[in-house]
Amino acid sequence: MARVIVLDERDNVATAIGDIAPGESVESPSRSVVATETIPFGHKVALVSIADGGDILKYGESIGLARGDIAVGACVHTHNVESQRGRGDRGSAS
Amino acid sequence: MSELGFWGFERPDGSVGIRNHVAILAVMDNVNGVVKHLAQLVKGTLPIPVWYGRGQFGADDVLYRRTQVGLAANPNIAAVLVISLERVSAEKVAAAIAESGKPVEHISVQDIGGSVEALAAGIRKLIPMVEAASAERAKFVPLSKLVLGVECGGTDTTSGIAANPALGYVADQVVASGGTVYLSETSEWMGAEQVLVKRAKTEAISAEIWAAVRRIEDSAVARGVDIRGANPVPDNIRGGITTIEEKSLGAIIKGGTTEIQGVLDYATPAEGKGLYVMDTAAPAAESMTGLAAGGAQIILFSTGQMNIMGNLIAPTVKVTGNPRTAERLRDNVDVDVSPMLQGETLEVAGRRLLEFTLSVASGRYTKAEILGEEDIAISRIEPTV
Repeated sequence: MARVIVLDERDNVATAIGDIAPGESVESPSRSVVATETIPFGHKVALVSIADGGDILKYGESIGLARGDIAVGACVHTHNVESQRGRGDRGSAS
Repeated sequence: MSELGFWGFERPDGSVGIRNHVAILAVMDNVNGVVKHLAQLVKGTLPIPVWYGRGQFGADDVLYRRTQVGLAANPNIAAVLVISLERVSAEKVAAAIAESGKPVEHISVQDIGGSVEALAAGIRKLIPMVEAASAERAKFVPLSKLVLGVECGGTDTTSGIAANPALGYVADQVVASGGTVYLSETSEWMGAEQVLVKRAKTEAISAEIWAAVRRIEDSAVARGVDIRGANPVPDNIRGGITTIEEKSLGAIIKGGTTEIQGVLDYATPAEGKGLYVMDTAAPAAESMTGLAAGGAQIILFSTGQMNIMGNLIAPTVKVTGNPRTAERLRDNVDVDVSPMLQGETLEVAGRRLLEFTLSVASGRYTKAEILGEEDIAISRIEPTV
């Protein structure tokens, strides 16, 4: 059983404190999910499905928005999360 | 429990040093050679070479001189020999440092007759300074005399889960004991302002925090670039940090949980006690230089992937919550709080870090000191002419 840390009860992602293999069961205080892909140590796994544009919640706060739908058990990182801050590339601040 | 405190060196202005350096300060980069050579020739001296310092003007010059003078005025320095190329800047910087009450001498290389004469004169000025400093004895002083800087670098997701909470625990203890804490790295409040400002003492302080972050965000917009890549940096991302919001929410934890008493400009000392935030660049060299120039005698530095750098004047304690870093980069780690990932309580890890902090404040060397991973970098805000 892979261990993860959830920092706030509102969070929809958990942080892996060991490498998690695809198919491995991930136990968080609120729910158990199955990793659909490799979640490296320190990286985040989705505890629920998150729709495109939905808030990624960690520390009980938004750390960015989902880019595309994110499935339960998926790795949540730069490939599927958009920061909303310091985005000079978009031409305006949030 | 007995009163918390440390063994330090009392200064004329009432501050207390945790080291007792005789510093040799370059006013500008063209005298770094003299500064470095003098330090090799005279035992017990600390060279402070700099980059730039000539041809700066306006706000950039004000920032540069304030930082340079603040570094020399830091309580960890017992006495200062100021070296400059010419007389005007030597006298100006020496006079500003002397306001701290500590012994200050200065040499103008042009006036004295070049490098060789500057070395001879410098050695003669340094002899009594080192004699006096070496004769001083440390006294036990209360923790209220400590100004603690908290910094993070080479951050990964263990920083916000383990190392930064441990730093925050110590920060809270220092504030509870009547001491002072500086939290810096403004871009790492971005995305966490809404959490940070809840603890601002006044509405005005809250507005200043929002404005400081806004200036950085506006700069990203003006340049037309995404700050991701510059912050978070590639090693942050490899360590699981996805966005600046995530990094910031973890970073601000290192300041603890107390009320924010004010927003300080870069390299500016706090006038009161308690927790202050200082508006600085995020990279370690610049940020820690601002902290030390603001009077911080010690810096607690949390790291996940490891940033080996320490400050030259404020001993820097490397704290990691990443068990792999604690093992693989153990030569650079002072305190391993990674057992927190396996259930060690914040109270237990925090007490361990507090005891280590007091030990360093009483003279124990940090890994960065032992390894010479110590430097400064003074922020620049405008071009030189």
